[in-house]
Amino acid sequence: MPELGRAALVVSLGLIVYALLAGAGAAATRRRRLAVSAQNALIAAFGSTLVACVVLAVALVRHDFALTYVADHTSRALPTVYTLSAFWGGQEGSLLLWLLVLTGYGVLAVWLNRKRARDLVVWVVPVIAGVATFFSLLLVAVASPFKTAPAPLDGAGLNPSLQNPYMVAHPPLLYLGYVGLTVPFAFAMGALLSGRADERWIVATRRWTLVAWTALGIGQLLGAHWAYEEVGWGGYYAWDPVENAALMPWLAATAYLHSVMIQEKRGMLKVWNVVLVSLAFCLSIFGTFLTRSGVISSIHSFTQSSIGPWFLGFICAVTTFAVGLILFRLPLLRARTRLESLVSREATFLYNNLLLVALCLTILWGVAWPILTEAVRGEARVVGRPYYDFFLRAFGLPLLLLMGIGPLIAWRRASIRGLGKTFAGPALVTAVVGVALLVLGAGSSTPGLVAYTFSAFVLATILLEFARGTRARHALSSESWPAAFSSLIARNRRRYGGYVVHAAVVLLAIGVAGSSAYQHITDRKLAPGQSLAVGGYTLTYRKLEETKRANANEIRAVLDVRRGGDSLGTIKAGKNAYSAPAGQVSNEVGIRTNYLTGEDLFVIAEQVDEDGTVYFRVFVKPLVNLIWLAGFVFVLGSLIALWPDAREERRLALRYREAGVSMTAR
Amino acid sequence: MTVALVLAALLAVACVVAVALPFLREPVARLDAISEPDAIGRRQLDLAERRDRALAALKELEFDHRTGKVSDEDYRSLVGPLRREAAEALRGLEPRAAVSDAGAATPAARGRPTE
Repeated sequence: MPELGRAALVVSLGLIVYALLAGAGAAATRRRRLAVSAQNALIAAFGSTLVACVVLAVALVRHDFALTYVADHTSRALPTVYTLSAFWGGQEGSLLLWLLVLTGYGVLAVWLNRKRARDLVVWVVPVIAGVATFFSLLLVAVASPFKTAPAPLDGAGLNPSLQNPYMVAHPPLLYLGYVGLTVPFAFAMGALLSGRADERWIVATRRWTLVAWTALGIGQLLGAHWAYEEVGWGGYYAWDPVENAALMPWLAATAYLHSVMIQEKRGMLKVWNVVLVSLAFCLSIFGTFLTRSGVISSIHSFTQSSIGPWFLGFICAVTTFAVGLILFRLPLLRARTRLESLVSREATFLYNNLLLVALCLTILWGVAWPILTEAVRGEARVVGRPYYDFFLRAFGLPLLLLMGIGPLIAWRRASIRGLGKTFAGPALVTAVVGVALLVLGAGSSTPGLVAYTFSAFVLATILLEFARGTRARHALSSESWPAAFSSLIARNRRRYGGYVVHAAVVLLAIGVAGSSAYQHITDRKLAPGQSLAVGGYTLTYRKLEETKRANANEIRAVLDVRRGGDSLGTIKAGKNAYSAPAGQVSNEVGIRTNYLTGEDLFVIAEQVDEDGTVYFRVFVKPLVNLIWLAGFVFVLGSLIALWPDAREERRLALRYREAGVSMTAR
Repeated sequence: MTVALVLAALLAVACVVAVALPFLREPVARLDAISEPDAIGRRQLDLAERRDRALAALKELEFDHRTGKVSDEDYRSLVGPLRREAAEALRGLEPRAAVSDAGAATPAARGRPTE
């Protein structure tokens, strides 16, 4: 029923435009019924978009190839799970998912804040509707997923790289992250438009930002794991423009999550916080533009299209609007307090922010460079991996160190004598670990050694924070040690959840340093019976196996693996040749994980010749599995920080009641 | 095709009804203005934010002092100004009670309609 899908999208567009115009009118004239009507329009737009999504999903499952989108991205042989994930495998479906998540988030944000920040919400509705209008317009006029054509007997199939379990979850999570950044942006703009520069927009949106930031972080890790397993080049992050597109808003949101604490604790950095929220949102749109426009060549970009200029125009419009509004409201955002000392918690947050934003803008410059050079010189020049690696070390290593320093310094100011006492323990641990690493031979890579040493420092400070806090709670309340530990976290979820996230970043840093600075690589062409040695392993190529599946012909080279005389079994690596899309071949790597050491043996069959010889590339990647473990710790830390805090709820409720503001807190 | 068009028409009608609902429920509204904090409310909100900020900082300072993160010397230099900040905000909030009481007696005294 493509007609129903098309009609639902047109209805959505009408409702969203109404929500924009009526919402703005209601906010400007303070008319209650018109404001509720605009909110209802947003809710109805979500419902209508949902109808369009159901129509597309049904068409995918029923192989309705009369829809061009279905014919272009699926085939009859495609497994059902990938037939459904083809929803976001192409541009039109992705844009539809964007709109669904955006209107869904908008409805939820309005509903949750309907009592607690009513005077802000009336401005939030038109801002969200403004963003949604852009995507809705694209879906109706430029990139409709409901275009029809005479149905072919079978579809073209899904890109083989997308036929991977990680691709089922990775894009939706990225969208939840990208789109989620719209809500804090809408509340920030709402606060500026309404002239209410108090903390309510921060209270209303800090969990939204955390949710979006978590989804974006997990989405990137899943994407990295997909690249590691599926793309088959031996790495997990290649500074590809599309990878960077997700990293940039995540970095800006990370900076915001830190700087917002300075505003909450000290009433400072109001302008900076609004700028960061706007930057994160603009970068999320820029990321969608990079992924969807095909303007830059990328292994993750599966689309070449003409929607680029639309996105560029929208980014320019949003940036102009945000900058203009911030400048207009500058007097409202003036802070009353000032930084008391350069040695204080807020100062370390400030340094952290400067480094995060510097890293973000450096990556942005690297991503934009090919576009700029093509526009000016007519020839796109790509910034290479050394550029990004250099700045990752230049900004990333000090950031890692600051993660350890920050928790040890008090707010406002700290004396040198007090700092000496606090830093003594972690500094000693760091020195011992540094010397031990040198003795063990980690000095072969200076950045690796520095990363490991700083990681030890951060871990020591995190453990110290938990230990000191638990001891203090135990002494204060005479609780048992486990109860004291639990109540320590429950009483300050954001702080201790943040420390757990820091532990995840440390695991990530150790995994990245281990798998890049200390990896072993070798490549060789082998005939059956021949062997190669790498990083303590000996691999002997035995035979080729061939299996025919419904939608692919699979070839695997089987290798025996030995280490120090012990047999570790076999490992298989090869290629899949797909029937649909015809002629497409994917690399299927062999990975053997040592769960005790976190090391991977990673085998790529680069070229399989007709005479049975295979050109292998083999990596030994120490500690690489800590990167994936970091993902679990990251989710745990985020959940702790996100968990509702009843004490804080009561405190905020009391604040708003005393102030006579007709809202309840959250 | 026909079924699709009928469903599309039903969807459009349902959406129009949803949008028009506030006006259908209240064709003539007694009060059609959005409630918002008035000047006094905004000042009280600002004071309450400052008070909460100072009290939270005091609580955190006490805890950091107890855990040994903040030395005695640093604690003594920080606790005084924080207590003064909290006290100032609390003093600012005190007259609110009188204003609130008066406001409760005469809602129009706030200058803005309430729901």
